Amino acid sequence: MTDARWPLWEVFVRAKSGLAHKHVGSVHAADGRMAIEAARDVYTRRMEGVSLWVVPSSAIVASDPKETTDLFEPAADKVYRHPTFYTIPEGVKNI
Amino acid sequence: MYTTELKDKNQKSAPVSLADEDPEKLAAFEARVAADDFIEPKDWMPEAYRKTLVRQISQHAHSEIVGMLPEGNWITRAPNLRRKTILLAKVQDEGGHGLYLYAAAETLGTSREEMIEALHSGKAKYSTIFNYPTLTWADIGAIGWLVDGAAIMNQVPLQRTSYGPYARAMVRICKEESFHQRQGYEIMSVLAAGTPEQKRMAQDALDRWWWPSLMMFGPPDDKSPNTAQSVRWRIKRETNDELRQRFVDVTVPQAEAIGLRVPDPALRWNEARGSYDFGAIDWEEFYAVVRGEGPVAKERTQARVKAWEDGAWVREAAAVHASKRAMRMAAE
Repeated sequence: MTDARWPLWEVFVRAKSGLAHKHVGSVHAADGRMAIEAARDVYTRRMEGVSLWVVPSSAIVASDPKETTDLFEPAADKVYRHPTFYTIPEGVKNI
Repeated sequence: MYTTELKDKNQKSAPVSLADEDPEKLAAFEARVAADDFIEPKDWMPEAYRKTLVRQISQHAHSEIVGMLPEGNWITRAPNLRRKTILLAKVQDEGGHGLYLYAAAETLGTSREEMIEALHSGKAKYSTIFNYPTLTWADIGAIGWLVDGAAIMNQVPLQRTSYGPYARAMVRICKEESFHQRQGYEIMSVLAAGTPEQKRMAQDALDRWWWPSLMMFGPPDDKSPNTAQSVRWRIKRETNDELRQRFVDVTVPQAEAIGLRVPDPALRWNEARGSYDFGAIDWEEFYAVVRGEGPVAKERTQARVKAWEDGAWVREAAAVHASKRAMRMAAE
Protein backbone atom coordinates (compact mmCIF):
# COMPACT_ATOMS: atom_id res chain seq x y z
CA MET A 1 0.00 0.00 0.00
CA THR A 2 1.47 3.32 -1.02
CA ASP A 3 0.28 5.37 1.91
CA ALA A 4 1.70 8.63 0.70
CA ARG A 5 2.00 11.17 3.50
CA TRP A 6 -0.04 14.17 2.59
CA PRO A 7 1.71 17.44 3.30
CA LEU A 8 0.59 19.81 6.03
CA TRP A 9 -1.17 23.09 5.19
CA GLU A 10 -1.73 26.08 7.44
CA VAL A 11 -5.26 27.41 7.34
CA PHE A 12 -6.25 31.10 7.50
CA VAL A 13 -9.87 32.25 7.74
CA ARG A 14 -11.34 35.66 6.98
CA ALA A 15 -14.22 35.98 9.43
CA LYS A 16 -16.02 38.60 7.33
CA SER A 17 -15.11 40.95 4.56
CA GLY A 18 -13.08 43.88 5.80
CA LEU A 19 -11.07 41.76 8.23
CA ALA A 20 -7.69 40.11 7.64
CA HIS A 21 -7.28 36.36 7.30
CA LYS A 22 -6.32 34.86 10.63
CA HIS A 23 -4.47 31.62 11.31
CA VAL A 24 -6.80 28.99 12.75
CA GLY A 25 -4.96 25.69 12.47
CA SER A 26 -3.75 23.14 9.98
CA VAL A 27 -4.88 20.22 7.82
CA HIS A 28 -3.24 17.45 5.84
CA ALA A 29 -4.16 17.28 2.17
CA ALA A 30 -2.74 16.02 -1.11
CA ASP A 31 -3.06 19.38 -2.85
CA GLY A 32 -4.31 22.93 -2.37
CA ARG A 33 -7.83 22.29 -3.57
CA MET A 34 -8.23 19.39 -1.20
CA ALA A 35 -6.74 21.46 1.62
CA ILE A 36 -9.40 24.13 1.00
CA GLU A 37 -12.15 21.53 1.15
CA ALA A 38 -10.77 19.93 4.31
CA ALA A 39 -10.30 23.36 5.91
CA ARG A 40 -13.90 24.23 5.09
CA ASP A 41 -15.12 21.08 6.83
CA VAL A 42 -12.80 21.34 9.80
CA TYR A 43 -12.69 25.08 10.51
CA THR A 44 -15.89 26.66 9.19
CA ARG A 45 -18.73 24.44 10.37
CA ARG A 46 -20.36 27.34 12.20
CA MET A 47 -20.13 30.27 9.81
CA GLU A 48 -16.67 31.20 11.06
CA GLY A 49 -15.62 32.64 7.75
CA VAL A 50 -16.25 33.88 4.23
CA SER A 51 -12.82 33.18 2.76
CA LEU A 52 -10.01 30.67 3.25
CA TRP A 53 -6.28 30.66 2.56
CA VAL A 54 -4.23 27.50 2.75
CA VAL A 55 -0.45 27.70 2.66
CA PRO A 56 1.98 24.76 2.63
CA SER A 57 3.42 24.67 6.15
CA SER A 58 6.87 24.12 4.63
CA ALA A 59 6.63 27.55 2.98
CA ILE A 60 6.46 29.38 6.29
CA VAL A 61 9.67 30.85 7.62
CA ALA A 62 9.41 31.54 11.34
CA SER A 63 11.61 33.52 13.68
CA ASP A 64 13.54 31.51 16.22
CA PRO A 65 12.50 31.89 19.89
CA LYS A 66 16.24 32.16 20.69
CA GLU A 67 16.35 35.40 18.69
CA THR A 68 13.40 36.91 20.52
CA THR A 69 15.57 39.27 22.54
CA ASP A 70 17.64 40.40 19.54
CA LEU A 71 14.62 40.91 17.36
CA PHE A 72 12.07 42.43 19.64
CA GLU A 73 13.72 43.91 22.70
CA PRO A 74 15.24 47.05 21.13
CA ALA A 75 11.73 48.43 20.83
CA ALA A 76 11.37 48.64 24.61
CA ASP A 77 13.76 51.62 24.96
CA LYS A 78 12.18 53.62 22.15
CA VAL A 79 9.24 54.98 24.05
CA TYR A 80 9.46 58.21 22.02
CA ARG A 81 7.72 56.25 19.26
CA HIS A 82 4.52 56.44 21.25
CA PRO A 83 2.40 59.60 21.45
CA THR A 84 2.08 59.34 25.22
CA PHE A 85 5.83 60.13 25.46
CA TYR A 86 5.11 63.79 24.65
CA THR A 87 3.57 66.41 26.87
CA ILE A 88 1.24 69.02 25.47
CA PRO A 89 -0.19 72.05 27.27
CA GLU A 90 -3.34 71.51 29.33
CA GLY A 91 -6.53 72.20 27.38
CA VAL A 92 -4.96 71.89 23.93
CA LYS A 93 -7.05 69.66 21.73
CA ASN A 94 -5.63 66.45 20.37
CA ILE A 95 -5.64 65.91 16.65
CA MET B 1 -14.85 13.88 24.58
CA TYR B 2 -11.88 13.66 26.78
CA THR B 3 -9.43 11.19 28.10
CA THR B 4 -7.29 11.62 31.12
CA GLU B 5 -3.74 10.63 30.54
CA LEU B 6 -3.46 6.85 30.71
CA LYS B 7 -0.32 4.81 30.61
CA ASP B 8 0.41 3.21 27.27
CA LYS B 9 1.41 -0.40 27.09
CA ASN B 10 5.15 -0.83 27.55
CA GLN B 11 5.46 2.62 29.02
CA LYS B 12 8.07 2.59 31.73
CA SER B 13 6.63 3.73 35.00
CA ALA B 14 9.27 6.39 35.55
CA PRO B 15 8.73 9.42 33.31
CA VAL B 16 11.70 10.79 31.40
CA SER B 17 14.20 11.94 33.98
CA LEU B 18 14.50 15.66 34.57
CA ALA B 19 18.06 15.09 35.82
CA ASP B 20 19.25 14.88 32.21
CA GLU B 21 17.95 18.34 31.36
CA ASP B 22 20.01 21.50 31.29
CA PRO B 23 19.26 22.94 34.79
CA GLU B 24 19.34 26.56 33.61
CA LYS B 25 16.89 25.96 30.76
CA LEU B 26 14.72 23.84 33.02
CA ALA B 27 14.53 26.58 35.64
CA ALA B 28 13.63 29.19 33.01
CA PHE B 29 10.95 26.87 31.64
CA GLU B 30 9.49 26.18 35.09
CA ALA B 31 9.39 29.90 35.83
CA ARG B 32 7.59 30.68 32.56
CA VAL B 33 4.99 28.01 33.16
CA ALA B 34 4.51 29.05 36.78
CA ALA B 35 3.86 32.60 35.56
CA ASP B 36 1.06 31.22 33.31
CA ASP B 37 2.99 31.95 30.15
CA PHE B 38 2.23 29.73 27.18
CA ILE B 39 4.81 27.41 25.66
CA GLU B 40 4.87 27.37 21.85
CA PRO B 41 6.15 24.64 19.50
CA LYS B 42 9.59 26.09 18.86
CA ASP B 43 10.28 26.96 22.50
CA TRP B 44 12.62 24.86 24.58
CA MET B 45 10.80 22.31 26.73
CA PRO B 46 11.88 19.35 28.86
CA GLU B 47 11.57 15.97 27.14
CA ALA B 48 9.18 14.77 29.86
CA TYR B 49 6.87 17.70 29.14
CA ARG B 50 6.92 16.93 25.43
CA LYS B 51 6.30 13.22 25.98
CA THR B 52 3.49 13.76 28.46
CA LEU B 53 1.79 16.16 26.08
CA VAL B 54 2.14 13.91 23.05
CA ARG B 55 0.61 11.07 25.03
CA GLN B 56 -2.20 13.14 26.51
CA ILE B 57 -3.10 15.06 23.33
CA SER B 58 -2.97 11.99 21.10
CA GLN B 59 -5.10 9.98 23.55
CA HIS B 60 -7.51 12.87 23.59
CA ALA B 61 -7.59 12.91 19.77
CA HIS B 62 -8.10 9.15 19.59
CA SER B 63 -11.00 9.46 22.01
CA GLU B 64 -12.70 11.96 19.74
CA ILE B 65 -12.28 9.70 16.74
CA VAL B 66 -13.30 6.46 18.48
CA GLY B 67 -16.17 8.39 20.07
CA MET B 68 -17.68 8.81 16.61
CA LEU B 69 -18.28 5.05 16.39
CA PRO B 70 -20.97 4.38 19.02
CA GLU B 71 -22.92 7.47 17.95
CA GLY B 72 -22.38 6.92 14.24
CA ASN B 73 -24.12 3.57 14.66
CA TRP B 74 -27.28 5.39 15.73
CA ILE B 75 -27.53 7.96 12.95
CA THR B 76 -29.73 5.75 10.78
CA ARG B 77 -31.83 4.76 13.78
CA ALA B 78 -32.45 8.22 15.26
CA PRO B 79 -36.19 8.49 15.95
CA ASN B 80 -36.87 11.49 13.70
CA LEU B 81 -35.27 13.88 11.24
CA ARG B 82 -34.54 16.53 13.89
CA ARG B 83 -32.61 14.05 16.02
CA LYS B 84 -30.87 12.65 12.96
CA THR B 85 -29.53 16.00 11.77
CA ILE B 86 -28.43 16.89 15.30
CA LEU B 87 -26.61 13.60 15.77
CA LEU B 88 -24.99 13.88 12.36
CA ALA B 89 -23.70 17.35 13.24
CA LYS B 90 -22.41 16.11 16.58
CA VAL B 91 -20.53 13.20 15.05
CA GLN B 92 -19.01 15.56 12.47
CA ASP B 93 -17.90 17.84 15.31
CA GLU B 94 -16.16 14.93 17.04
CA GLY B 95 -14.24 14.25 13.84
CA GLY B 96 -13.23 17.91 13.75
CA HIS B 97 -12.14 17.81 17.39
CA GLY B 98 -9.96 14.80 16.65
CA LEU B 99 -8.31 16.71 13.81
CA TYR B 100 -7.63 19.87 15.87
CA LEU B 101 -5.97 17.68 18.47
CA TYR B 102 -3.93 15.56 16.07
CA ALA B 103 -2.65 18.81 14.56
CA ALA B 104 -1.72 20.10 18.03
CA ALA B 105 0.17 16.87 18.81
CA GLU B 106 1.99 17.06 15.47
CA THR B 107 3.54 20.38 16.50
CA LEU B 108 5.45 18.38 19.13
CA GLY B 109 7.26 16.30 16.55
CA THR B 110 5.06 13.24 16.18
CA SER B 111 3.28 12.45 12.91
CA ARG B 112 -0.32 11.70 12.05
CA GLU B 113 0.72 8.30 10.71
CA GLU B 114 2.54 7.36 13.91
CA MET B 115 -0.46 8.27 16.01
CA ILE B 116 -2.94 6.40 13.82
CA GLU B 117 -0.63 3.39 13.75
CA ALA B 118 -0.44 3.45 17.57
CA LEU B 119 -4.23 3.56 17.83
CA HIS B 120 -4.77 0.74 15.36
CA SER B 121 -2.15 -1.54 16.87
CA GLY B 122 -3.65 -1.08 20.33
CA LYS B 123 -0.50 0.60 21.63
CA ALA B 124 -2.23 3.93 22.25
CA LYS B 125 -5.16 4.34 24.60
CA TYR B 126 -8.39 6.22 24.25
CA SER B 127 -11.09 7.01 26.76
CA THR B 128 -12.41 3.85 28.43
CA ILE B 129 -15.95 5.15 28.06
CA PHE B 130 -16.16 4.10 24.42
CA ASN B 131 -15.63 0.47 25.23
CA TYR B 132 -19.17 0.22 26.57
CA PRO B 133 -21.99 -0.68 24.16
CA THR B 134 -24.84 1.67 23.20
CA LEU B 135 -27.89 -0.56 23.56
CA THR B 136 -30.84 1.80 23.13
CA TRP B 137 -31.60 5.29 21.83
CA ALA B 138 -31.53 6.51 25.44
CA ASP B 139 -27.82 5.68 25.49
CA ILE B 140 -27.28 8.42 22.93
CA GLY B 141 -29.01 10.79 25.35
CA ALA B 142 -26.91 9.55 28.26
CA ILE B 143 -23.68 9.90 26.27
CA GLY B 144 -24.41 13.50 25.34
CA TRP B 145 -25.54 14.43 28.82
CA LEU B 146 -22.99 12.55 30.94
CA VAL B 147 -20.02 11.76 28.72
CA ASP B 148 -19.94 15.12 26.98
CA GLY B 149 -20.80 16.75 30.30
CA ALA B 150 -17.77 15.11 31.91
CA ALA B 151 -15.74 16.10 28.87
CA ILE B 152 -16.70 19.75 29.31
CA MET B 153 -15.72 19.64 32.99
CA ASN B 154 -12.34 18.29 31.97
CA GLN B 155 -11.81 20.53 28.99
CA VAL B 156 -12.78 23.94 30.29
CA PRO B 157 -9.66 24.21 32.49
CA LEU B 158 -7.56 22.88 29.60
CA GLN B 159 -8.27 26.05 27.65
CA ARG B 160 -5.57 27.55 29.85
CA THR B 161 -3.23 24.60 29.63
CA SER B 162 0.40 25.69 29.24
CA TYR B 163 0.98 24.36 25.72
CA GLY B 164 -0.33 26.98 23.28
CA PRO B 165 -1.53 24.74 20.41
CA TYR B 166 -3.34 22.44 22.86
CA ALA B 167 -4.97 25.37 24.64
CA ARG B 168 -6.13 26.87 21.32
CA ALA B 169 -7.59 23.55 20.19
CA MET B 170 -9.45 23.32 23.50
CA VAL B 171 -10.94 26.79 23.05
CA ARG B 172 -12.46 25.71 19.74
CA ILE B 173 -13.61 22.39 21.15
CA CYS B 174 -15.25 23.88 24.23
CA LYS B 175 -17.14 26.35 22.07
CA GLU B 176 -18.61 23.46 20.10
CA GLU B 177 -19.07 20.99 22.92
CA SER B 178 -21.85 22.59 24.93
CA PHE B 179 -24.50 21.81 22.32
CA HIS B 180 -23.47 18.16 22.54
CA GLN B 181 -24.27 18.07 26.23
CA ARG B 182 -27.53 19.93 25.84
CA GLN B 183 -28.89 17.77 23.05
CA GLY B 184 -28.15 14.69 25.16
CA TYR B 185 -29.90 16.09 28.21
CA GLU B 186 -32.84 17.02 26.01
CA ILE B 187 -33.11 13.45 24.69
CA MET B 188 -33.10 12.20 28.28
CA SER B 189 -35.68 14.69 29.50
CA VAL B 190 -38.04 13.93 26.60
CA LEU B 191 -37.77 10.19 27.32
CA ALA B 192 -38.14 10.74 31.06
CA ALA B 193 -41.37 12.66 30.45
CA GLY B 194 -42.65 10.06 27.97
CA THR B 195 -44.43 6.72 28.35
CA PRO B 196 -43.50 4.48 31.31
CA GLU B 197 -41.46 2.37 28.91
CA GLN B 198 -39.55 5.41 27.63
CA LYS B 199 -38.87 6.54 31.16
CA ARG B 200 -37.57 3.07 32.04
CA MET B 201 -35.30 3.26 29.02
CA ALA B 202 -33.89 6.61 30.19
CA GLN B 203 -33.37 5.31 33.73
CA ASP B 204 -31.68 2.17 32.43
CA ALA B 205 -29.26 4.25 30.36
CA LEU B 206 -28.44 6.44 33.35
CA ASP B 207 -27.90 3.31 35.46
CA ARG B 208 -25.39 1.94 32.98
CA TRP B 209 -23.54 5.19 32.12
CA TRP B 210 -23.29 6.84 35.52
CA TRP B 211 -20.29 4.98 36.92
CA PRO B 212 -18.32 4.79 33.68
CA SER B 213 -18.81 8.59 33.39
CA LEU B 214 -17.33 9.14 36.86
CA MET B 215 -14.39 6.95 35.84
CA MET B 216 -13.72 9.25 32.87
CA PHE B 217 -11.98 11.64 35.25
CA GLY B 218 -9.28 9.05 35.75
CA PRO B 219 -7.85 7.33 38.81
CA PRO B 220 -8.13 9.01 42.23
CA ASP B 221 -5.42 11.59 42.92
CA ASP B 222 -3.44 9.34 45.27
CA LYS B 223 -3.23 6.69 42.51
CA SER B 224 -2.36 9.11 39.75
CA PRO B 225 1.43 9.41 39.89
CA ASN B 226 1.82 11.91 37.06
CA THR B 227 -0.74 14.36 38.39
CA ALA B 228 1.59 16.44 40.57
CA GLN B 229 4.07 17.12 37.76
CA SER B 230 1.31 17.77 35.24
CA VAL B 231 -0.34 20.24 37.57
CA ARG B 232 2.97 21.99 38.23
CA TRP B 233 3.57 22.30 34.50
CA ARG B 234 0.02 23.54 34.00
CA ILE B 235 -0.68 20.66 31.62
CA LYS B 236 -3.50 19.81 33.98
CA ARG B 237 -5.11 22.66 35.82
CA GLU B 238 -7.16 20.63 38.28
CA THR B 239 -6.88 17.15 39.71
CA ASN B 240 -9.05 14.17 38.76
CA ASP B 241 -10.89 14.14 42.08
CA GLU B 242 -11.65 17.88 42.04
CA LEU B 243 -13.18 17.63 38.59
CA ARG B 244 -15.12 14.47 39.43
CA GLN B 245 -16.66 16.16 42.47
CA ARG B 246 -17.70 19.16 40.41
CA PHE B 247 -19.33 16.88 37.84
CA VAL B 248 -21.34 15.05 40.53
CA ASP B 249 -22.45 18.33 42.09
CA VAL B 250 -23.75 19.68 38.78
CA THR B 251 -25.24 16.47 37.40
CA VAL B 252 -27.23 15.12 40.36
CA PRO B 253 -29.67 18.07 40.38
CA GLN B 254 -30.02 17.71 36.58
CA ALA B 255 -31.12 14.09 37.05
CA GLU B 256 -33.55 15.08 39.79
CA ALA B 257 -35.02 17.83 37.63
CA ILE B 258 -36.17 15.30 35.04
CA GLY B 259 -37.25 12.67 37.55
CA LEU B 260 -34.39 10.21 37.14
CA ARG B 261 -32.50 8.54 39.97
CA VAL B 262 -28.69 8.42 40.14
CA PRO B 263 -27.75 4.77 40.78
CA ASP B 264 -25.73 5.34 43.93
CA PRO B 265 -27.25 4.41 47.32
CA ALA B 266 -24.43 6.27 49.10
CA LEU B 267 -25.18 9.55 47.35
CA ARG B 268 -26.19 12.33 49.76
CA TRP B 269 -25.80 16.07 50.13
CA ASN B 270 -23.08 17.06 52.56
CA GLU B 271 -24.10 20.39 54.02
CA ALA B 272 -20.70 21.02 55.62
CA ARG B 273 -18.77 20.52 52.37
CA GLY B 274 -21.42 22.07 50.17
CA SER B 275 -21.04 19.03 47.90
CA TYR B 276 -22.47 15.59 47.36
CA ASP B 277 -20.82 12.59 49.02
CA PHE B 278 -20.87 9.65 46.66
CA GLY B 279 -20.14 5.92 46.76
CA ALA B 280 -16.89 4.13 46.04
CA ILE B 281 -15.93 3.65 42.40
CA ASP B 282 -15.12 0.14 41.17
CA TRP B 283 -11.57 0.81 40.00
CA GLU B 284 -11.02 -2.85 39.15
CA GLU B 285 -13.56 -2.41 36.39
CA PHE B 286 -11.80 0.76 35.24
CA TYR B 287 -8.40 -0.91 35.00
CA ALA B 288 -9.92 -3.92 33.23
CA VAL B 289 -11.40 -1.59 30.62
CA VAL B 290 -8.08 0.28 30.32
CA ARG B 291 -6.39 -3.05 29.67
CA GLY B 292 -8.75 -3.48 26.74
CA GLU B 293 -11.26 -5.79 28.38
CA GLY B 294 -14.19 -3.42 27.81
CA PRO B 295 -17.29 -5.05 26.34
CA VAL B 296 -16.79 -3.69 22.82
CA ALA B 297 -13.06 -2.79 22.77
CA LYS B 298 -12.28 -5.19 19.92
CA GLU B 299 -15.16 -3.98 17.76
CA ARG B 300 -14.05 -0.38 18.18
CA THR B 301 -10.50 -1.05 17.01
CA GLN B 302 -11.68 -3.30 14.20
CA ALA B 303 -14.09 -0.60 12.99
CA ARG B 304 -11.27 1.97 12.97
CA VAL B 305 -8.86 -0.31 11.13
CA LYS B 306 -11.52 -1.22 8.59
CA ALA B 307 -12.35 2.45 7.96
CA TRP B 308 -8.65 3.18 7.48
CA GLU B 309 -8.08 0.27 5.11
CA ASP B 310 -11.28 0.90 3.14
CA GLY B 311 -10.14 4.49 2.65
CA ALA B 312 -6.69 3.53 1.35
CA TRP B 313 -7.66 3.80 -2.32
CA VAL B 314 -8.97 7.34 -1.75
CA ARG B 315 -5.72 8.46 -0.15
CA GLU B 316 -3.74 6.79 -2.89
CA ALA B 317 -5.83 8.30 -5.69
CA ALA B 318 -5.61 11.79 -4.20
CA ALA B 319 -1.84 11.54 -3.91
CA VAL B 320 -1.46 10.34 -7.51
CA HIS B 321 -3.83 13.06 -8.74
CA ALA B 322 -1.87 15.72 -6.88
CA SER B 323 1.48 14.59 -8.26
CA LYS B 324 0.12 14.36 -11.84
CA ARG B 325 -1.29 17.86 -11.58
CA ALA B 326 1.97 19.15 -10.20
CA MET B 327 3.88 17.59 -13.12
CA ARG B 328 1.44 19.01 -15.65
CA MET B 329 1.74 22.46 -14.14
CA ALA B 330 5.53 22.20 -14.18
CA ALA B 331 5.42 21.23 -17.87
CA GLU B 332 3.27 24.20 -18.86
